Amino acid sequence: MHLMPVAASSYAGDIDRVMWVITLIVGVWFLAAEGILLWFTFRYRKKEGVRAAYVPGKGFRQTGWILIPCVAILLCDLAIDAFGERVWDTIKQKVPPAQLQIGVEGRQWAWTFTHPGKDGILGSPDDIVIPNEIHVPVGVNVAFTVSAADCLHSFWVPELRLKQDAVPGRHIQGWFRATRPGSYGVLCAELCGVAHGLMRGTLYVDTEADYERWLASRTGVQAVASQPAPQTAPQTAKTGGKS
Amino acid sequence: MSEANILDPPLDPPQAAPPTAHAGAHDDAPHGFWSTYFFSTDHKHIAKQYLLTGLCMAVIGGLLAHVMRMHLAFPDRAVPGFGEVPAGTYNALITMHGTIMIFFVAMPVLLGGFGNFLIPLMIGARDMAFPRLNMMSYWTFLVSCVILIGSFFVPGGASPAGWTAYPPLSANVAYSGAAWGVPLWIAAVALEFVAFLMGGINFITTAINLRAPGMKMFDLPMMVWMQLVASVIFLFSVGPLVAGAVLLLLDRVAGTGFYNPGAGGDPLLYQHLFWFFGHPEVYVILLPGLGIVAEILPVFARKPLFGYRMVVYATLATGVLSFIVWAHHQFVSGIDPRLASAFSITTILISVPVAITMFAFVATLWKGAIELKAAMLFAIGMVGVFFWGGVTGIINGSAAADIYVHDTYFVVAHFHYALIPPVFFSLFAGIYYWYPKMFGRRLNETLGKIHFWGTFLFVNVTFMPMFGLGLRGYPRRTYDPRVFAHLGDLHPLQLAATLGTIGLLLSQIPFVINFFGSLKWGAVAGKNPWRANTLEWSVPSPPGHGNFDGTPVVYRGPYEYSLPGGDADWLPQDLAPGRTP
Amino acid sequence: MSRAAAHAAATRRDDVIRSTGISTGRLAIWWFLGSEIVIFGGLIVCYVLFRLRHPEWGALARHTVTPAGAFNTLVLLTSSLFMVLAHAAVEHGDLKRASRHMLGTIALGGVFLGVKAFEYGHEMSMGFTPVSGLFWSFYYALTGLHALHVTGGLFAILAVRQMVARRSDTHRVELVGIYWHFVDVVWIFLFPLLYLSN
Repeated sequence: MHLMPVAASSYAGDIDRVMWVITLIVGVWFLAAEGILLWFTFRYRKKEGVRAAYVPGKGFRQTGWILIPCVAILLCDLAIDAFGERVWDTIKQKVPPAQLQIGVEGRQWAWTFTHPGKDGILGSPDDIVIPNEIHVPVGVNVAFTVSAADCLHSFWVPELRLKQDAVPGRHIQGWFRATRPGSYGVLCAELCGVAHGLMRGTLYVDTEADYERWLASRTGVQAVASQPAPQTAPQTAKTGGKS
Repeated sequence: MSEANILDPPLDPPQAAPPTAHAGAHDDAPHGFWSTYFFSTDHKHIAKQYLLTGLCMAVIGGLLAHVMRMHLAFPDRAVPGFGEVPAGTYNALITMHGTIMIFFVAMPVLLGGFGNFLIPLMIGARDMAFPRLNMMSYWTFLVSCVILIGSFFVPGGASPAGWTAYPPLSANVAYSGAAWGVPLWIAAVALEFVAFLMGGINFITTAINLRAPGMKMFDLPMMVWMQLVASVIFLFSVGPLVAGAVLLLLDRVAGTGFYNPGAGGDPLLYQHLFWFFGHPEVYVILLPGLGIVAEILPVFARKPLFGYRMVVYATLATGVLSFIVWAHHQFVSGIDPRLASAFSITTILISVPVAITMFAFVATLWKGAIELKAAMLFAIGMVGVFFWGGVTGIINGSAAADIYVHDTYFVVAHFHYALIPPVFFSLFAGIYYWYPKMFGRRLNETLGKIHFWGTFLFVNVTFMPMFGLGLRGYPRRTYDPRVFAHLGDLHPLQLAATLGTIGLLLSQIPFVINFFGSLKWGAVAGKNPWRANTLEWSVPSPPGHGNFDGTPVVYRGPYEYSLPGGDADWLPQDLAPGRTP
Repeated sequence: MSRAAAHAAATRRDDVIRSTGISTGRLAIWWFLGSEIVIFGGLIVCYVLFRLRHPEWGALARHTVTPAGAFNTLVLLTSSLFMVLAHAAVEHGDLKRASRHMLGTIALGGVFLGVKAFEYGHEMSMGFTPVSGLFWSFYYALTGLHALHVTGGLFAILAVRQMVARRSDTHRVELVGIYWHFVDVVWIFLFPLLYLSN
């Protein structure tokens, strides 16, 4: 049994590393704190005739025992911040040029994925709109735009370490590059009503050849696609900040 | 809200003027059943009312959790004693469990119960500054409880919108299906805030203005400091959410569009308003919980609280920082990534003042003479369990890592580890410690120790597996685990958590027996069964009307234990210099 | 306070403890206003953020009755002046005069609510209801909440005036006055934000 699902995107490993680095740092503190707590509790049990020491913790000579470790905690915090910030930056700010555009729309209770057709342009007549199924080629920078038709949803693919809320009225951009072919579950991570738990989709990460085959198989079926394509030229997440 | 009540001056000066003719004024000593148990303005009665109401709500909240856990462990069977759990009901269960435990258990018990009981007693006051406002606070709170519980029985059932009640789900009946549940939820929570605003103003003015002669701010017991800071945090953070709730209610019932993007509104606005309050709220709960521990550790280690002033300053710093961390709940909600970076830093920084406080607690034990009474076990347990919540919070607080763990069981595990220690461990510690003062009798120590070890064991059995579930990507708030075929091998963890919940509930039985049995059969407690220093132990148990015979004068800080020289290892705050206890 | 002085103080049984030297009522009213400020502050900040995103709301604001709003500003300011005079009269022990001044405040508060009701009626007759767009939602929510506070304040002043008539609890004139000034100040923020277009 694995502790975490397989890492299947370019930044999944980075996120995992952040988690492990934090776990390692805080783990040391945690074990030390719990150990000392237990040690003191057992070591200083009341004994007949032994009086407690009067240690009020006044002055730096005494408080230093707390304050110096806390300065160390501060340094650890800053290290964690810096390390995490680099990964956050990679994911949110240093967006690589998109090779494929995908539209993601959440509604109660299904995902609608809009793929560009053969022309590679999202919002053109040959778009491929499929509920609950998303196809991307492996190793390609995919830019996606998340929107919501009714209430909040959250586009989540655990294996990609990818999660982005879908907010009505906003078109939030994100990206990923899948690194392992396979099929992965797409979940909704924001409570969205009765069937929230059933809101499932599948992400197919195909090899280049498989993707082309799939694309060819979809040609001519677009007419079936009834969903309107999401708006193009969405605002970026950056400008979609606080209201 | 009636302004007239807010404006009540210290009608009854704490140093009791002769009885006045004012109806309902505090000075007419309790006569009848009604005036004693229902319309009492005595802070001790109001405290007990709050405490018992909160405990009753805790039973309801616990049973809701039990139904959820049973359903998650055995999804294809009806829950014994409850029946089938359809998806809509499940969402109502999670909503109400969260709402009840945070707003209707933690706050009434820690602030309404212990705050009310202890603030006047610990500072040598005869009552709260505004006794009638205090009574009104309780009654407003009780009405909000009735509304909340009543919402289970209205058409459509209780609110299924989550304890955060994010719009548009909560703002549009078409999305949630609960036509009455959501408005009632909003009304109940808003009313509850009004109750605690009244209480908060009372707490603050009492703690800073009615201190006994000689009692400087730095002579206040830590519990009073923690209540004071918690009340100030509450007072300054709740406003935006009150505003947010009003707007949500208008959206819901009047058809405005504050959160409706179709009408130009913005759902994220609500999230900011909610968490601007919601995160400080965590500290409103945590600080009184820490306050209880800070009172108990010195007494049972027979040592001063390590670094009293340092802890006070750390608490103040925690309070200030708690206002600038809220957006860490929204890292993946589509806020500006640079904003998220800033909030990630402040969030992780708050570990420093909290660590100072927790380490000071640990240092208090060093070279002590520790007696592991039930109260002390719960206090030490609080510190030990809270460390789990604290360190896992760093993972949630790092924006990058939060992308993965957000809205998974990892978060569920984290906040239960962060909230159960201050709410339940501190609550139990406080009851084992102050029960003699409240009811005049002592609780049974053996039952207390069974209660502690059961609770300690099963809290971990319940919530430890959830870290594992979360790391594997198990989303929270999903009612049917069977749809996650890829997570099928995690069922043993779900099962373990459920067994833990059952054990946890069963572990409370000795406590209930102890609590009610000791009212009758408990050993009679004297004034000061723990040989403690703070002022509440200088009066009879339970204290009479008006608390103090005359006015206590305070000569020293609250934690002068085991001072070198002298036979006694304690030195009450009001003991005149040169005398021995 | 020295320990000895403290002890002396404690022996006077009827001494009212005021550790800070500030009366408890005044302290409470200020904390109460603190909580009120964050309620109004939260709403106003929300409104301002939306307003910055929607410059076209300036045109909508033109449909409010600015002269009525300006008149109401004057009314509230004057009512606050009466409240100050009432407090001064209490300080001088002239309760009759205080009572008269408070009547002035109450009357002007009534005028304010009347004018506000007229405005609401006028705006609704033009089709601007609370649900005709976000600007109007904010307009009605903010002014409505403020009007509720005015109403509450009027009842409080009325109650305090009764106490003054009975010559009891006259210090409450000051407390209710502090509250009334706060309501006044909120209006001074609301008026330009909602009525003036640019």
